[in-house]
Amino acid sequence: MSKKDAAVELRNITKTFGSVVANENVNLEIYKGEILALLGENGSGKTTLMNMLSGIYFPDSGEISIDGEPVVIKNPRDAFRLGIGMVHQHFKLIDVLTATENIILGLDGKLNIKEATAKIREICDKYGFEVDPNQKIYDMSVSQKQTVEIVKVLFRGAEILILDEPTAVLTPQETEKLFKVLRAMRDDGKAIVIITHKMHEVESLSDRVAVLRHGEYIGDMETKETNAQEMTNMMVGHAVTLNIERPEPVDPKPRIVVKNLTVKNEEGIVKLDDVSFTANSGEILGIAGISGCGQKELLEAIAGLQKAETGSIEYIRSDGSVESLIGKDPLEIADMGVTLSFVPEDRLGMGLVGNMDLADNMMLRSFRRGKSMFTDRKAPAKLAKSVVEELDVVTPNISTPVRRLSGGNVQKILVGREISSSPKVLLTAYAVRGLDINSSYTIYDLINRQKKKGVAVVFVGEDLDVLLQISDRILVLCGGKVSGIVDGRTADKNQVGLMMTKVGGEKNE
Amino acid sequence: MSKNNTNNEPLIHISKRDVLPWHKAWGVRALAILAALVVCAIVSVALTGDNPISIYKTIFVGAFGTARKTWVTLQSVSILLIISLALTPAYKMRFWNIGGEGQVLVGALATAACMIVIGDKVPNGVLILIMVVSSIGAGAVWGLIPAIFKAKWNTNETLATLMMNYIATQLVAYYTVVWEVPKGSGKIGIINQQTNAGWLPQLGNKYLLSIVVALIITVALYIYLKYSKHGYEVTVVGESERTAQYVGMKVNKIIIRTMLLSGALCGVAGLLLVGGINHTVTTTIANGQGFTAVMVSWLAKFNPITMIFTSFLIIFLERGAGEISTVFGLNHSFSDILTGIILFFIIGCEFFISYKVSFRKKEKEAK
Amino acid sequence: MIDLVTFIPRAIGQGIPLLYGCTGEILTEKSGNLNLGIPGVMYVGAISGVIGSFLYENSVGAGNPLNGFLAIMIPMVCSLIGSLIMGLIYCFLTVTLRANQNVTGLAMTTFGVGFGNFFGGSLIKLSGADVPSVALTRTSNFFSVSLPFAKNLGWFGKIFLSYGFLAYLGIVVALIAGYMLKHTRVGLHLRAVGEGPSTADAAGISVSKYKYVATCIGCMIAGLGGLYYVMDYACGVWSNDAFGDRGWLAIALVIFTIWSPNIAIFASILFGGLYIVYLYIPSGIDHMELKELYKMIPYVVTLVVLVITSMRDKKENQPPASLGLSYFREER
Repeated sequence: MSKKDAAVELRNITKTFGSVVANENVNLEIYKGEILALLGENGSGKTTLMNMLSGIYFPDSGEISIDGEPVVIKNPRDAFRLGIGMVHQHFKLIDVLTATENIILGLDGKLNIKEATAKIREICDKYGFEVDPNQKIYDMSVSQKQTVEIVKVLFRGAEILILDEPTAVLTPQETEKLFKVLRAMRDDGKAIVIITHKMHEVESLSDRVAVLRHGEYIGDMETKETNAQEMTNMMVGHAVTLNIERPEPVDPKPRIVVKNLTVKNEEGIVKLDDVSFTANSGEILGIAGISGCGQKELLEAIAGLQKAETGSIEYIRSDGSVESLIGKDPLEIADMGVTLSFVPEDRLGMGLVGNMDLADNMMLRSFRRGKSMFTDRKAPAKLAKSVVEELDVVTPNISTPVRRLSGGNVQKILVGREISSSPKVLLTAYAVRGLDINSSYTIYDLINRQKKKGVAVVFVGEDLDVLLQISDRILVLCGGKVSGIVDGRTADKNQVGLMMTKVGGEKNE
Repeated sequence: MSKNNTNNEPLIHISKRDVLPWHKAWGVRALAILAALVVCAIVSVALTGDNPISIYKTIFVGAFGTARKTWVTLQSVSILLIISLALTPAYKMRFWNIGGEGQVLVGALATAACMIVIGDKVPNGVLILIMVVSSIGAGAVWGLIPAIFKAKWNTNETLATLMMNYIATQLVAYYTVVWEVPKGSGKIGIINQQTNAGWLPQLGNKYLLSIVVALIITVALYIYLKYSKHGYEVTVVGESERTAQYVGMKVNKIIIRTMLLSGALCGVAGLLLVGGINHTVTTTIANGQGFTAVMVSWLAKFNPITMIFTSFLIIFLERGAGEISTVFGLNHSFSDILTGIILFFIIGCEFFISYKVSFRKKEKEAK
Repeated sequence: MIDLVTFIPRAIGQGIPLLYGCTGEILTEKSGNLNLGIPGVMYVGAISGVIGSFLYENSVGAGNPLNGFLAIMIPMVCSLIGSLIMGLIYCFLTVTLRANQNVTGLAMTTFGVGFGNFFGGSLIKLSGADVPSVALTRTSNFFSVSLPFAKNLGWFGKIFLSYGFLAYLGIVVALIAGYMLKHTRVGLHLRAVGEGPSTADAAGISVSKYKYVATCIGCMIAGLGGLYYVMDYACGVWSNDAFGDRGWLAIALVIFTIWSPNIAIFASILFGGLYIVYLYIPSGIDHMELKELYKMIPYVVTLVVLVITSMRDKKENQPPASLGLSYFREER
């Protein structure tokens, strides 16, 4: 390792947010011509650490050196000047501006769109990106937006590139393409850091791995000398099993039957196009697809939150009688005696109210009960207590606002409430996004327990490995159409990946 | 690696606080008010040349100098309190209703209309009943219109309610000319001065009625917002419309219902102003309290009980500043300046409640 | 029939204060600050200019002629400083202290209108006039001077050339603001700050600096609208509350113009016309009350326009995405 030049050296970096210690005494080197994978669970401080390098946060204490020279990075501008560029997990792009305008944002000098556009084309040609510089961001797909972010960093001549979970929203094919570009940049002599928690990506891409846990630096190693199990153990701090349980379905019977469902969003764009499928009781139906391909609309249509243009959604009761759910709102669906639970993607913006305490959040669904004009606060408080106990929620007490809990605990509260009504149907969207490994397994376990109880589970996921491990069947969406339904036990990851980008999945480009 | 590089670092560091214990939070607010009073005194001293102690004394005399002054102060507090309470459910829902002014005005206009048009045609009891119903109804309609626009097309409610204010003002101006006594005076004058028809009954003295009404509304609204199902719905809609839809709440219905309530309570204020206090209607009868109430409600963190204190604080200052301007022959807008200064301080002090400011020490340790 | 040659100049005269206010508020809102204090700022801008010119006129003395340059510069500089201070108060509270913008704006309006009326009232007392107003006719003569040959050009001169320099300055400022927003880097950065402060921050744009500068310049522009109203339109006569609710109309106009200063030029003249149209609608001597109803027209039209703009929902026509929100970098 001593042969390489250190591009960045971090010494004793500490950063706290209020009482939360995000990083403590972290020491880390980043070398030129190397891809470093920064590993760690959610909440382990990877992003915070890199944000200090890119000037978003300022460390409480510690030193940063670039090319051996100690530097002070007060703001993003300092970071650019030092050749540091970061692609954030949540894209830092302005929707109503074009790609070019976004790329040149924050630079000095006279505004010359034409010249900038030419330079962007040049960069795109060099690395094989496909971007229309004059396209508005709101018209772009997720992977296009990411490309814009990467071009933005290159446009500024970054020598040190930081990517925060860049593959979370990409298909396997897009991921491979991105990796190819990253390898080319490494061979160009750039220093690259990729933040991730996906083991197979670390293995296939990186040269070296550094691990953070609870804000502390644990250690680093050459990628070829380690393996997924060892890295995971380092991340979590103790040995973990990486297998998700998949019990056999119990007596599967059709529960939700969707036929020829077409849905348009507010702008009149077709988000679901002629979708038909059946979700069985006692079975997990996984939904795969590039993000924004209609997953959200599909779940919301079933839950009564999305108007359908055409088609039908039927609920089949245990006694065989059929109810139509189309055109009904959530209240009407509940009044029909259909217990349908929904764990939405946006936990604090939809599933829960961040500023309300645990008990008040528990009664979101049940507050109407009873004829009284006033709400009953005792039952929800009791439910909150039992959820906290059963799911090991870490919270000072049940009158703490949900917003102040960590992501994993927020999700436990949400899932806990949703399954407390003993649902017949459970819809989940990105149920483990942003959770640490332990919480993720708690959630998988909860979902599997529902399945064993005979609940029809619809599981929208983004990590194909997880989907392939947990689902009995997988429905693949592509641009709002059903690309195919495959068996979770026999499906092949690449095949599913292809189906995500092309209806049917055949390769004939 | 032992070069020290402490130059250039940002000196001040701001971070979000967890929660400040309530007594500390109120301590910060009290300090802010104190600081504001000092600034107000400096301004007053500069403009009047009097010494600060006697300025404070004048303020106090203005508010509580005589029994009558005390009653008038309390009555003014009650009206401001009712309007602030009226706006509160809307704000809890994050519906920025700055149309309190107009909603009060139409309530006042409806009251006056009843008194003028049917004052001598029906028994007094019936007349008052009709006044109550029509003033509340008028206020509610004035709240309803922007609510429908908001619910249907997401029209910006701040500006819509603002325009409704001016429309109400012009309506009152129109009827002022129609009903003016004597012709050409541009004023309606005291309505039914001989018969007292439609004058609201007095409780003990002529000030107590609005105070009692204000207290009843305070308690009722506190319970409504905190314990009722409606209140819960209002809070959820205010925090997140998506969540409200997700649990099956009819957001539009809740917006409309809440604005009806908001407007209706403003109508009550109009009723009291015309039927109980002024016995006439003018375009300025609401006297900007629809706007002041926004700040009263916000300062109280939308808590009806706290609002008693915040509305009291504002009225106390207004009356005190009014006294200063009378005593020293200053313009009456003086109180607006003082109110403005105090508001700036209270608004600004919230920062120190939610954020922590720390100064970075210039550490010279080289390690 | 309305006599257009007299109507249009009056409409423009009414429209110019709205234009200043509207342009100022557009710049402010583009930075993500919703400044409901504009009505107060315009009062302060007006009264500061009045105070400046009052002191200057008195120091020169009644008989002596004023220096033209000073007669214009003193009120202008006073007005700009007054509204700048208002802008700084607003920014300090909402940007540095991250206070609620709506409440801060309303408090500014209370303060500003009170400030204007207080000092206006004091000046009236000082001047010892028997009418409740201060007349600064001598200063006003410099503000309202129009091109000397305008009178010889008939209707053309009347409609296009009969105004004081502040009217033309207002249009020039709006055009510059429009160009700046669309075609310069500063404009691009400003739009970015209003649309996504965290994105702008990550791109190395100083969010606080842009918010401060845009809001303060916006306030100064708005303040000039107040100055124009007293010095030119009202012929140098200040009376309390005369400026009325123009500040609020200016804020409402921003939505109508979909945040474009160029559209604001036409929109403000249109609204200036609506503001005085009641004078031109015959109501007959027996029905003076109808005049009061006609005065409702600008507000009703604004309301209708608000509703119509909210009905057509286009991405480019939306307010800046972070309008009304304060920005804190370390928000988690």
